[in-house]
Parts: sequence; structure tokens; C-alpha cells
Amino acid sequence: MDITINGQLHQLDIEPDTPLLWVLRDELGMTGTKYGCGVAQCGACTVLVDGQATRSCVTPVEAVAGSQIMTIEAVTQDPVGQKVVEAWVSQQVAQCGYCQSGQVMAATALLKQTPKPSDEDIAAAMVNLCRCGTYNAIAAAVRHAAQA
Amino acid sequence: MNEMRPLLKAATRKSDALPLNLSRRSFLGASLGALALGVVLPAGGRAFAQEAAPAIVPGTRVNAYIQIQPDSTVLFRSAFIEGGQGIFTAMAQIVGEELDVDPTQFVVEGAPPGPDYTLIGGYRFTGGSMSVRKSYDAMRQLGAAARQMLLQAAATQLGVPMAELATQPGRVIYAASNRSIPYGDLATAAAALPVPTDVPLRAREDFRWIGKPVARIDIRDKSTGKATYAIDLKVDGMLYGAVQHGVRLGMEPGALANEDEVKAMPGVHSVHRLPGAVAVLANSWWRARRAVEALQITWAEAAPGSTVRVMPADYSSEKHLADLKARTGDGLAFETHGEVGPALAGAARIVEASFDAPHLAHAQLEPPSAIARFNADGTLEVWAPNQAPEMFQADAAKVAGIAPEKVIIHSPILGGFFGRHFLYQTANPYQQAIILAKATGRPVKLLWTREEEFLRDALRPMSVARFRAGLDASGMPVALSAVTVGEGATGRWFGRTADKVDSSAVEGIAGKVYAIGNRRVGQIHVDDPAIIGFWRSVGHSMNDFFYETFFDEMADAGKQDPYELRRRLLADSPRHRALIEAVAELSGGWKRGPFTAEDGTRRARGVAMASPFGSEVATIAEVSLKQGEVVVHNVWVAVDPGSIVNPAIIEAQVNSAVALGLSSALLEEVVYEGGVPRARNYDGYPILPPDRMPKVHVRIVESGAPMGGIGEPGLPGVPPAVVNAASVLTGQRIRSLPLSRSNLTDMAG
Ligand code: FES
Ligand code: FES
Repeated sequence: MDITINGQLHQLDIEPDTPLLWVLRDELGMTGTKYGCGVAQCGACTVLVDGQATRSCVTPVEAVAGSQIMTIEAVTQDPVGQKVVEAWVSQQVAQCGYCQSGQVMAATALLKQTPKPSDEDIAAAMVNLCRCGTYNAIAAAVRHAAQA
Repeated sequence: MNEMRPLLKAATRKSDALPLNLSRRSFLGASLGALALGVVLPAGGRAFAQEAAPAIVPGTRVNAYIQIQPDSTVLFRSAFIEGGQGIFTAMAQIVGEELDVDPTQFVVEGAPPGPDYTLIGGYRFTGGSMSVRKSYDAMRQLGAAARQMLLQAAATQLGVPMAELATQPGRVIYAASNRSIPYGDLATAAAALPVPTDVPLRAREDFRWIGKPVARIDIRDKSTGKATYAIDLKVDGMLYGAVQHGVRLGMEPGALANEDEVKAMPGVHSVHRLPGAVAVLANSWWRARRAVEALQITWAEAAPGSTVRVMPADYSSEKHLADLKARTGDGLAFETHGEVGPALAGAARIVEASFDAPHLAHAQLEPPSAIARFNADGTLEVWAPNQAPEMFQADAAKVAGIAPEKVIIHSPILGGFFGRHFLYQTANPYQQAIILAKATGRPVKLLWTREEEFLRDALRPMSVARFRAGLDASGMPVALSAVTVGEGATGRWFGRTADKVDSSAVEGIAGKVYAIGNRRVGQIHVDDPAIIGFWRSVGHSMNDFFYETFFDEMADAGKQDPYELRRRLLADSPRHRALIEAVAELSGGWKRGPFTAEDGTRRARGVAMASPFGSEVATIAEVSLKQGEVVVHNVWVAVDPGSIVNPAIIEAQVNSAVALGLSSALLEEVVYEGGVPRARNYDGYPILPPDRMPKVHVRIVESGAPMGGIGEPGLPGVPPAVVNAASVLTGQRIRSLPLSRSNLTDMAG
């Protein structure tokens, strides 16, 4: 099976129903995308599939063959992603940091689709869980990135 | 947790020899090519330590902590583990201030086990909000000593008196000849010098980094997926493991009906029976997981004399709560003041109420994992999330059947912890990883699914508290008797004696600051059938809720405003009175409500105080009700930790503690039925989502009192402030958490 991650083609010999998350983490060694729940509850595993924020823990790899997948490893190569990362740094968002790959990817997807989001847009898109409670800093960073 | 230290003695102490791992860690391995402060240590190494056995004073040996690289950056080994609380940044600020190195030039990692790092009275753990306050003086001294060594080395090199030299960040300056030498060029010579003592410290007014909102040193890596947690690690040749536990603790795996089929699944290496679990090893974790979940296991009930705690098949949360509520009496006294009996008898009015709080899960976002690898030289390496490396080392040695010195513990940064990663038998995966590595002769990386984590987490204990207060004719409290019923986590893991109350079971009811003349706090011990553990702010997480909501009941019974009554009872306690006034001011002046906000919602405010972990906190919450649920709009927190290191991190930690405290008040409870927890993932155990996060407003008050903790203190005031506010709107007292259990309606309709 062929899949394209961060612009690079990978040939995989793997059961087609393997979740994309585990292909990324264990097959390809891209551990920036995190496992939190495995059942689409937390968003720690968020990647972009054709620009859409997608929970990779419940996405079979066969479903994304032929799609453009972007992970946190390539986020700074994307102009919007780069802005988001700078906002995350300037707003000092992270605490333990474990959820933040997913948060940054969710924010990148939002700003690619809606460059000037309203507070409601932000609330609707930024639904990933953070056990450290960085939610206020996340919202501030998204607003900051939108203005950058 | 306040009394943990004396109890740790049996569990950890091991300081007679330098652990072997000092010479094996990446920290030193990476430096062998680099001429750097620290290289002398492994060379002296263990042999020397065994012969001479010099007494090591924790926090004094510069080379155990500080390694200056050729490029003058500093590799620093922190005694405390980073898990979001910002301790690595705080260490860089404190040490950098005295060493004269900008915190941005630090790379910090968790230190291995060893006597150099036992900074908490001869022990070490990352907990009790102790990291900065227990090491602040030692770490400043350490930085200052290292700077002096660099100056000494420069003086020798230049052949000038040390007094003529100065430093600028990262370099020694000789003004007379306009020369400057980078620290990196001096590190080797400096490392060979004896460590000076009593080096003068910088004056507080000259601080550049301590006390300032210095940026976190880990922020960019954590924003780009580069931060590496235990779950991300990999060693050559490792097998991946997944487990299925018996749903009730104590059950043992019996027949495996389809073992051969499972062994034939793709990538499967082997199937193993473990104490209380079955494991599958495979060439990827997903394959291991799928295989272990395909196993058809017959579980046997615990054998008589089982060495683990057996969860009874008829256990339920409801039943345990009823059991706690049914206990009568005043319990064993923990704190007494005055004569509570006669004072109650003579009171004009008695107020009574009983409260309860449920078991809670840590639900940190990183599920626990561990890697175990036996090396050819007879050592065992373990990579595992942990808050107490020496304890893990001692236990891993027992599991492996080798000497503790042969166990090398690596302590990666933590994807959240909140008390999750202490040594709790049956709650940590590393023992299983060791057994599997031993069985296969291969390194094993074991990862628990979120579902196994919810099954085996060590829970915040369930507790009940009963209060009885006496008011005088004017409505002032003159007597207060409280008793908590349940079990404390400290007693569970560090020993409990029948004649002494475990302070973790009463902290937050004991130690209150209000001037009520006659008081008694007692405790009735009831074994908690669940595996219990430390949960952010420990006993305070529920006891301050019990006390501070009862306080409002006393105030209402005596027809007093709850804020004013608190102020009156703090008349002789200027630090606390200033703090409650500070939070009121921060919120725009105290008003209880109900009042109508600009958006038309009917709102009320509640106030609470807490004295956790050496700090003082006053909290106000503003809430409304919507469709039977509490909406929290604002939380104001005034926190007095005495003195501070990083106000930005404090503000972030208060935000975090508010989120967790609010999550516990609104949503969280672990519910057991038939000996099994009902929820096995976040769908059944909801935690605070973004749309329920209030605005958080923080004021830091530096009273100059001895430095207190920061990681936990923001939490305990939140549940009572929220519940006190909600009770104003409902017109009914709320005495049980979480609030999601109740359908709350505004009495105004
Ligand atoms: S791991 Fe995918 S949503 Fe939690
Ligand atoms: S920063 Fe820790 S879970 Fe979000």
C-alpha cells in the first residue's frame, strides 16, 4: 500500500485496517502524533488528511491511501502551521505538552479553512481535550495566529 | 502527603554507594567526547565510591548536576521530573541565575537514581508541590559553586587573581586585559576542582531570571511534536507488548481457549501469563493489542492467600459510600483546640451536615508504558514514567531479582501526572515489562491501552465528612467538630499505624486558619477496597470542599455573609485576611448575588480559602445554571506562595489547577459495579472539555513567608467556590460531588 505523508510517498506492507496512528508511530517512527484514547475522544492523534483535521487513531490506513497526510513533523513547513507554532510559543501554551501536537494540528486545519475565525469558530474547531487545562491559552494562541 | 517524608525511610534510602548508572546514562555518554564539567565523575565512578564511601550531601556535587558543553550550553540533571509543571524551566532559572548562564542555554533532563538527588530530607519524589521550595537554596548554592569553579579555572589559566575576574552570561571576563573566556573552554579544568562551599549568592535585587516570567525552555519542542515521552521511546531489537488484565484485581488467567490461533496472528511473537494479566508480544504494538484482545481467557477467582489486594465481586461504589456514611462516632482525634464538647453543648444553635466525594481517576493524557532491557553486563535498564526514581529502582530490582545498583532507571518527561506515577503496586506497567524481557531475552516495550489504564489506575480515595458546628446567639461559630471517614493515600503506601491519623485523610479540614475557639478534627479509618493513590492536592482535593461548603452553611444558619464571616474569623491573621481581600478586589469587589449579568444570565459567586502545601489561596467563582448544569464563567484566584521563581508558570499552573478542580467538581467520578469500574475510556469518564473552561484571573501575592508549593494549591478552593455559588442559585445546599449527578434548577425558576 502507498501512502503520502508530508509530501513523501511510503510503501507499506501492513494490514489495511491498521489505524493510521500506529502506522505513523511504530512503522514510520513519527512519534509526534500521540495516542491518548484510541476511540476518537481526545484528539491527541489529530493529523491533517487533505487539509481536514482527522483523528488518526480511528482512521484505517487504507482509507487514506491516495490522500495528502500532514503530521506535526511537517507543521513548520506549512506557512499556516508555522504561524500556529509561533503563536503557541509566544502564548506559552504547553504544559505537559502531550496533547499539543493534536492541538496545533487542529488549529492549523482551522486557520487553513477559516483564516479569520470568530470566537465561535474557534470553540467549534478546538475541541481536543487537554488534561492540563491549557484551554484559555489555546484559544488565545489561535486568535494570535489568526492576526499574525 | 505532608507526612510522607518520615514514612519513606523503609521504601527508598540507599546512599552508601554511587549507583552504577551514573556512568551509563546518556548524560555522560554524550559527553565523553566533550571536554566538559562532569567528565571527571564517571572516571572516579563506582569503584572509588565503594572503597572510600564518602558521605554524599545531596545537592552539593556540582558534577552530578551540571555539565558545561564545549559551546557553553549547560546540560543539567534535574532531581525532579518535568510533567507540565515547569520544573525544568524553574531549575534553569535558579541555577542559571547563580551560574550566570541564560536559562535559554540550558538543556534539562531527569536525573538517574542516586544520593546526589535526594533533596527532600534525604529522599526524592516529584510531588507534594515540593520541588522548588525544597531545593531552591541548594540549587542556588550549586550554581554559585559552579561559577566559582569556572572563575578559579580562569584565574589559573590567565595567571591573575580570581578577584580581578567577573562573569557575564556564559563567560568569564578579565576587564584589565579586555579578555573573555567562554565557559565551554574552562569546563574541563573547572570540573577537576574541589567544590567550594558557602559561595556568596546574588542579591535578590540583582536577579535577572528568578522571579521573572521567563519563557519555558521546553515550549518549542512541545509545540512541534519533538518532545519525547516514555511512550515515544524505542530501543534496538525490542518487542512490543500489550496486556489484558483480569477485570477485578486478584483474578488470575486460566485457560486460553484460542491461544494457537492468536499465536498465528500476524506479527505475534509470543503469549505470556502474568500475575493478574495476559500479555502478547509482537513486532508492532497494534498487532500485540489486537492479538491480546482476541484472546479468549478464562479468569479464575483469586486464590486464598493472594498476595495482591483482591477486589470483591460484590463491591460497588454505592455500597462503599453507604458503608462510609453508616460509620458513627468522632473517630481518632487529629487536631483539637479548646473544648469542643462543652462549647457545642452551650451553643445557641447547632448546624450539622454530611458530605461525600467519589473516587477519581488521574486520566493524564499519556497512557503508561515502560521499556525493560537486560544488558550483557548484568544490568537492567528501565524507561518508565515515574515521580520517584529511587523507589522504582528498588522495586524493579526486586522484580528482576538483581541488586538495586544494577538497575538503571530512566525518567522521561511525563505526559501529565497529577500523582499518577508514584510506585503503586498493580498500577504500573514496568513490572510486567521486566518479567516479559526476562522471559524472552529481548527488550520489551509495554504500553497499556487507555482501557487498561482506567482499569488499573490508582484512584483518589472516596471519602465522607461529617460536621457539627455550634453558633452563638449572634450567629458566630464557637465550636466545630469534623470527622472524615475513609482511607488516606499516604497511609496506604507508606504505612499507617492504628493509633495515628493519616494526615492525608484530614488535610484541608485540619489546618484551617479561621479563629473558631473550640475545634476538633477526627478520622474514622475504613479500608478502601480500591487501589488508591495521590491525586493532585491529595486530601485537600476533597477536604477543602467539605469544609468550605460547610462554612457557608454555618454562615447562612447564622445569617452572615460568607465572605464577611471569613474576614471576621481572620481578623487576627493578617496574611489570610489580606489574601481574601485581594481576591475580592481582583473580582471587582465581593458580591454574592444572585445578580443578572450583562448577557441576561442570573449569576452568583462563591468564595473559599485553602492552605495547601505551604501556600495560601483564596478563590472566588462565578456561576450560572443552564439546563440543569452549572456554567462557570469566571474564577478568580489570589495565591500567596511566600516568594516565587516564575510568575508566568504560576499563572499557568493556577489555570491548570482550576481546570482539574473544576473537572472534578462538575464531572468526574469512578463508579464501580460488581467489582469493576464502569468507565474504561474518556467517553465514560468525561473530563473538562474546552467549552466548560472558565476565564481564570490570577493574582500572586508575595508575602515573604517561607516559600510554598505551586503545582497543587490552586485546586482545592475551586470545588467549594463553585458549589457555594451554585447553592445560592438553587437555594439548596449541595453536599455531594460531582455536580453532574444532580439536576440543578434555579429557585427563581
Ligand atoms: S487518540 Fe485519537 S482521539 Fe484520542
Ligand atoms: S498540555 Fe498536558 S494534556 Fe494538554
